[in-house]
Amino acid sequence: MNLDLSWMAWTWPTAAFFATILLLLCGMAAWEYASPGGNPRVGILRFETTRGDRLFLSLLGSAFIHLAWLGLVGSNLWWALALSVVYAIGVFRYV
Amino acid sequence: MDKTWNNKAWFLVLPVLVLVAFTAVIPLMTVVNYSVQDTFGNNVFTWAGTEWFEELLSSSRFWEAMVRNLIFSFIILAIEVPLGIFIALNMPKKGWGVPVCLVLMSLPLLIPWNVVGTIWQVFGRNDIGLLGYYLNAIGIDYNYVQDPFDAWVTIIIMDVWHWTSLVVLLCYAGLVSIPDAFYQAAKIDGASRWAVFRYIQLPKMQRVLLIAVLLRFMDSFMIYTEPFVVTGGGPGNSTTFLSIDLVKTALGQFDLGPAAAMSLVYFLIILLLSWVFYTVMTNYDAER
Repeated sequence: MNLDLSWMAWTWPTAAFFATILLLLCGMAAWEYASPGGNPRVGILRFETTRGDRLFLSLLGSAFIHLAWLGLVGSNLWWALALSVVYAIGVFRYV
Repeated sequence: MDKTWNNKAWFLVLPVLVLVAFTAVIPLMTVVNYSVQDTFGNNVFTWAGTEWFEELLSSSRFWEAMVRNLIFSFIILAIEVPLGIFIALNMPKKGWGVPVCLVLMSLPLLIPWNVVGTIWQVFGRNDIGLLGYYLNAIGIDYNYVQDPFDAWVTIIIMDVWHWTSLVVLLCYAGLVSIPDAFYQAAKIDGASRWAVFRYIQLPKMQRVLLIAVLLRFMDSFMIYTEPFVVTGGGPGNSTTFLSIDLVKTALGQFDLGPAAAMSLVYFLIILLLSWVFYTVMTNYDAER
């Protein structure tokens, strides 16, 4: 069987992006295995979130941070990435 | 009794995972790949980086379509949810009227989107359409082909006609699940009709209302077929919603890169708004 995936138009940057997402999910699975239950808690948003919710919020927020940076500042996204990391740490710490 | 843990059950989830991978994950990955490249077909791609995203975010055409979409969804929710609750409250709960009402309510939902569009396109026409002809006959200047306001009214009424039934059926399912004891207790307490609605029926309908609002929001925000058939996005661009704009870019102009970037932004906005709706409504439910 010839499994030609050229139509998916893979590039190294996009492959690295998805590999990072996959690693994050694997990390979350390992975390859940080590500490089951999802660590639910009520943070600054004043409703209960699990660590899965916090990862979702981090990824979604990071996407919007990058888009906002592109729209308002420019195409150099390293600072947007740094800001996203700070945001994700904040989400995991306080949300 | 102790719970039985059986990890072999995970194999039962595998078919769903494979299905979702092929229908959602792989297409989404492909869209991400396309969004940073340019192509003229034949599987030849050139790296474009963030160019399409920058172009999109500075495009007035995109933001105008977005505002139209948000206004449309807001109007749809503002009409369909209260109307659906009102109809469900007034539907019979016993007797022969129940199946009759349920069948009548289900009929619009059974009609395919493109057929609904065609029905309303003909219905609203000035020359042969029942609605268009008689509105003009009684002196109302109605022409959805030329007047943006008329086009909006037509699309909104069409969507209300097509989808209010869904809200009705969901609310009705919530209402019939309320035990009679609640109503009897309210009667003994001398509760008013409003009090019964506010403190018994509305809380019991809340879960189904959450589903109704989510479904109607996502569906109205992604609406494509009906307005495309009725107005084609016109007159001008007055009914060009994001989905119509997206299809024009992807299939009309074959600009796969910009269309992929637009798809991703569109997807993220739907994801965010759906999460906000879901969180607000589930937490309101939990607080109660």
